[in-house]
Amino acid sequence: MGVWRRLSRPPPRFSSVAAAASRPFGKAPSPGCTERVGERVALRPPSPSQLSASLLRGQGLQVPSGTARRRRLQLPTGRSRGPRPRGGSSQAAPRAAPSTSGSSRGPASFERLWRAGNPAPAAAAAAAPAGTMASASAAAGAPAPPPPPPPSLPSLPGPGNARSPASLERDRLWRVLGWRIATSVVWSVLLLPVCTGAFVFFSSLDVLHPVQWVSDALHDLYGSCVLSSLLLLSALVIVISVFNIEFYTVVPSIPCSRLALIGKIVHPQQVMHSLVHSAMGMLMAWCAAVMTKDRYHVLAVPCTDADSLESKAARACLNEHHLFLLLAGAFMGYSYSLLYFVNNMNYLPFPIIQQYKFLRFRRALPLLLRHSAVESLYLLRNFCFLYYFLGYIPKAWVSTAMDLQKDEKQPPLDSLSGLFDLSLLYHVWLCGVFLLVTWYTTWVLFRIYATEAHAFPVQPMFTGDVEECLPRVLNDNTPLIIKYLALQDLMLLSQYSPSRRQEVFSLSQPGGHPHNWVAISRECLALLNDLTQRLVMYQEAAATNGRVKPPSSPVEPKKPIVMEEETAFQTPKASLMPKALMPSLVKASLFSPKFASPDTLNPVCSPYGDSVSNRAVGIVDIKSPRHEGPQSLQSPQLTRRGPRLWTSLTDPQSNGPRSPHASPPPIRREAQHKGRGPPWKLCLWLQNKQEQVKSFLAKRVLIVYFFSKHPEASIQAVFSDAQMHIWALEGLSHLVAASFTEDRFGVVQTTLPTILSTLLTLQEAVDKHFKLPHVSSRPPRISGSLVDTSYKTLRFALRASLKTAIYRITTTFGEHLNAVQASAEHQKRLQQFLEFKE
Amino acid sequence: MRAKASRSRRTLGAAREATGSPPPPRRSALKAHFRGAAFVPRGVPSAARLPVPRARGPQEGGTRQLPAAPPCGMCSLSLFPPSPPWDQVTLYEYNNELVTGDNYESPPPDFRGQWINLPVLHLTKDPLKTPGRLDHGTKTAFIHHRESIWKRCINAWRDMGVSGVLNEVANSEEEVFKWVKTASGWALALCRWGASLHGSLFPHLSLRSEDLIAEFAQVTNWSSCCLRVFAWHPHTNKFAVVLLDDSIRVYNANSTIVPSLKHRLQRNVAALAWKPLSASVLAVACQSCILIWTLDPNSLSTRPSSGCAQVLSHPGHSPVTSLAWSPNGGRLLSASPVDAAVLVWDISTETCVPLPWFRGGGVTYLLWSPDGSKVLATTPSAVFRVWEAQMWTCERWPTLSGRCQTGCWSPDGNRLLFTVLGEPLIYSLTFPEHSREGKGQVGGAKTATIVADLSETTIQTPNGEERLGGEAHSMVWDPSGERLAVLMKGNPRVRHGKPVILLFRTRNSPVFELLPCGIVQGEPGAWAQMITFHPSFNKGALLTVCWSTGRIAHIPLYFVNAQFPRFSPMLCRTQEPPAGGGGSTHVPLFTETASISSPWDPSSGTSWSHSPSSHLQ
Repeated sequence: MGVWRRLSRPPPRFSSVAAAASRPFGKAPSPGCTERVGERVALRPPSPSQLSASLLRGQGLQVPSGTARRRRLQLPTGRSRGPRPRGGSSQAAPRAAPSTSGSSRGPASFERLWRAGNPAPAAAAAAAPAGTMASASAAAGAPAPPPPPPPSLPSLPGPGNARSPASLERDRLWRVLGWRIATSVVWSVLLLPVCTGAFVFFSSLDVLHPVQWVSDALHDLYGSCVLSSLLLLSALVIVISVFNIEFYTVVPSIPCSRLALIGKIVHPQQVMHSLVHSAMGMLMAWCAAVMTKDRYHVLAVPCTDADSLESKAARACLNEHHLFLLLAGAFMGYSYSLLYFVNNMNYLPFPIIQQYKFLRFRRALPLLLRHSAVESLYLLRNFCFLYYFLGYIPKAWVSTAMDLQKDEKQPPLDSLSGLFDLSLLYHVWLCGVFLLVTWYTTWVLFRIYATEAHAFPVQPMFTGDVEECLPRVLNDNTPLIIKYLALQDLMLLSQYSPSRRQEVFSLSQPGGHPHNWVAISRECLALLNDLTQRLVMYQEAAATNGRVKPPSSPVEPKKPIVMEEETAFQTPKASLMPKALMPSLVKASLFSPKFASPDTLNPVCSPYGDSVSNRAVGIVDIKSPRHEGPQSLQSPQLTRRGPRLWTSLTDPQSNGPRSPHASPPPIRREAQHKGRGPPWKLCLWLQNKQEQVKSFLAKRVLIVYFFSKHPEASIQAVFSDAQMHIWALEGLSHLVAASFTEDRFGVVQTTLPTILSTLLTLQEAVDKHFKLPHVSSRPPRISGSLVDTSYKTLRFALRASLKTAIYRITTTFGEHLNAVQASAEHQKRLQQFLEFKE
Repeated sequence: MRAKASRSRRTLGAAREATGSPPPPRRSALKAHFRGAAFVPRGVPSAARLPVPRARGPQEGGTRQLPAAPPCGMCSLSLFPPSPPWDQVTLYEYNNELVTGDNYESPPPDFRGQWINLPVLHLTKDPLKTPGRLDHGTKTAFIHHRESIWKRCINAWRDMGVSGVLNEVANSEEEVFKWVKTASGWALALCRWGASLHGSLFPHLSLRSEDLIAEFAQVTNWSSCCLRVFAWHPHTNKFAVVLLDDSIRVYNANSTIVPSLKHRLQRNVAALAWKPLSASVLAVACQSCILIWTLDPNSLSTRPSSGCAQVLSHPGHSPVTSLAWSPNGGRLLSASPVDAAVLVWDISTETCVPLPWFRGGGVTYLLWSPDGSKVLATTPSAVFRVWEAQMWTCERWPTLSGRCQTGCWSPDGNRLLFTVLGEPLIYSLTFPEHSREGKGQVGGAKTATIVADLSETTIQTPNGEERLGGEAHSMVWDPSGERLAVLMKGNPRVRHGKPVILLFRTRNSPVFELLPCGIVQGEPGAWAQMITFHPSFNKGALLTVCWSTGRIAHIPLYFVNAQFPRFSPMLCRTQEPPAGGGGSTHVPLFTETASISSPWDPSSGTSWSHSPSSHLQ
């Protein structure tokens, strides 16, 4: 029971049903926590409340009234910021005081402030990057609608109240991806006649009369029905592409339990996807039937009954072959959609080597053909079973609806003798192959075009395209796919392009600041820190095994202030230490904004619904200094360190995995709860009830079957976006290694200690993680399949590239690393790496 | 310095003036000798050999004796110093000459200070089992039981596919219908005919896989010598050796533990490769798969379990004969002579991408250039390719007379030396400096130039005449680009068919030069099995020779590296006594400047240390 509860919380990409199912297990604020909030508020140094107010204003306009549509749009960005709020909020802990104290004024003032901020949206939004950040974090905190909806592309109608960041984002998406996607669609439409030709050729197969076969096929190809069905097919292919574009994701969604998997399938979006696909499958089958001619041509045929010769013309009978073909098409369309989600085929795997698109397509082609042929065979088998048992329903329905009679002479197809018709099976199979090949081709082309490397300029040529350049794209609130492409580009440039590396190491012209390097390294380090933090949390969740600890440690809130000073250039490890003391409640609340579903976050009784807590998360987040808010936002501790190097101000280190202090969001919310009396009690009561129901359900075998987590899946889920981190590691380490000879201004040196300590801390966390059970077992490899399962082993890739990255730095710098400041522990570790003993 | 350099040249008989001026005064004399252009890249029809050298001036070596040499051939090898007496072994190179001694265990006194602490191994054949016992299974322990035909068919299907089933059915007695048997017999014959047709296009496909490996291996005697493959770890004093029974031993200079790796699938090991930027990952090319061993360097175990090995296999990709890690440790390439595609592996996710390749019938040897920008891939037919490692496009080089036997890259990856089977010549191919900026082009030179002529010649020794020369079998270039070792094929007229190791001095910039250095000799009766250079030896170069007697000898070649001695943590730090049987003593670090400068000055090697630029890394 305990295990179950704990595990039900963390997995990041949760799907809705799973979320709903695990709602009773979700963490809700408890009295203990509220008390602690009080303490914390008291301990915090107060700071001007105007600031928080103005922040709220800047923030408020980013959070719309929260339509579902809006959330869908925002979400990917939120997910892309996923790391950010965590890193940011953890850092913001000491400085979160103002907002916390602000919230003590109660939700009413909160709401008012927000409203007040609302009227002047455009100016503020455009003004501050902080604004975008806030919206990002708000969206991150926003409950994830279960299947990760893709970043919406321009083709998608935006919400009516779309604001400038969103449109900017769409602009960028369009500029980077627009042409590629258009080209991929054009290519798939252009390839359609080829597929159709092949289909026509094979459908009129006649082995005994080859010459006639070929001439017939050629003749058919120019027939009007082929040409007109080509038009329809092109439209279908375009619709398929739109669906591919709408549903793709760069982070696979991994259902952690069986129920989550079912939930993934029955989620409205997916149901819609499946329905549309089965409709399109039916249309494809209709086209195929029309092109095949023969006896599949039309639904209504004149009856062949011998006794009614005179009324033959008048009576129309049902052509069951045609119906069979149509239904098979619908079934195959539906199965395609089902497998699309079950096999995570909406996940875009990036290729391990760069190749030209044509070569990639050519490589995929034989796989695609084989896969389609085999799969069509399986689907045909399944469909035959289905039709054998249930075929009478559609048949009766169609014949009544269209007033068609049953042809008594033909054997019914839902009988064994009717089904065992080789020609029918062949044609249905061929139709399935045709359908799958066209759809998979579209899908493969989309994948190839979307994952092609894109070179972002490091420095803007003109002031106009600042938005386009790499540091900006990395740091901004971009759709996840753009972020992936940017990181990929970073990895490529750090390896292959000396001239672009030079730009990274360059100084800005007036002022001489290494803005490019700072921005890039900051983002990479933030990503890596975020991963460290996530791993630590996962390990704790696994280690504590879900037991709830006594929720108080009065020492804890003081820690950040001490730590702030001493860990400036030290390992974040130090701050990880008090982890054991950390009450599980805090941990729970740490998880909740990121991982849990809306409902777990907001108890049913919360009158404000999602939007309040979203805002709360956003507000806290905006305060973290790494979002470059106003200077005065920084805590006194940080400002006191003024005379340090430029890196210290935006020191990525300082938002290291200081998870114990990363709890502001829940605090805020709990503070709000505190303000209200009765609902809070109601909440408690509900909580108790929930617990009871849970414990009752936990004993039922069937429920356990559905709810039990697959350990492998939850581990995969932790590393589902590890591709980003791998690129960040590779890019960073190559840049650092190249800086040994190429960095003329010593730009990298200032960040080197931070980079090393980040990498070593991550290495520690990863090492620890791999000691957990199940982690180092490899899922079976499926070689040479069209379905990509590389995301299942991303954790191994991460571990390997992390080690390689550290080795790359140590082999390049060698003995010089001994001069780098590092904690004793990290020195020891570095020495191990220098001696090749890791 | 320049004066010294030129003086040294003159002592060696060279006529070149200054280091920087490429065209020597006697170009007309050179013309007679240096033929260019045996190879033309893809697109251009393979032209006949052009009789004129390239206009860009000589990029050739062995130039010094030209006036005395006959116009074609023999000039370069005739320059070689006489080989040492037959009972002497080459111990090291110092002061620009190869020093010999009686045996490896007792080096001469003046060498004591120079020895490095590496194990000199002597692995004899005796304790190893003969290759006849390759069957690891317990199959032989059971009494043969004849199963029913269908069961056998299923087994055959699982083991060998369709042809196995056909074979089983055709060979069955009275168990199936007569016509089934006949039909399967016919089908089998058809299969074999098809296979032989394929085999006649690519004759190597009809070989057994052991013969295939032996045919294309870089070692001289793969099938019966007790040392099969040898591989240095790229960063530390650690190496792995494959013995005749396909077990792998890993020796480390700093530890006495010698892990021995065995695996059920580890058969017919043809190549080993340590992953760069890693302490412990070793890729092994086996008969049917690639094994990736992860050996914890801190482990005390001598028999790592086969759980430490990861198995990578790909249908149709066996036997694997060559492996190459990218120098940045990211990707692994594997090749098989029967598979037309090179596979690019991502080890951690176990995914592979086949690089398409339709002609050539297979890939025998892969070599990644040290800067990671290009990959040489040779085929069993008369063509080889150079892949560019960013976008993975390639240039095809048809050779005229045979397949490319071996090759080696210069440290900066801009020059490729290769030899062709059946020709006693070393060719050189240059690539532009910044080809990596231009995406997707290899951009190699249009023609390859001949840089050395290894054809048979007679040299005068104090003991009379001696013949030398032949075809090269394998060729290695040391990581600093200053020494080139060539292992010659056994030639019955040269030293009774013993493979000879020739050592050249090389220089890569500003112009390429190849000067003879000497002959490396082993113990009497020992044949050189394979040669390789230590990848991170910072006192010059360290040539490791595996002898057919099972001895692994390390021959240090001391010289001042032209480039800054690269960082190599282990070699800087380790001072412990050696693990193996090397007759070594405790020694301080070898310092290039203090003790060596004066004796080295007159040598031609010194001047190289002042070459204006070095491109390594």
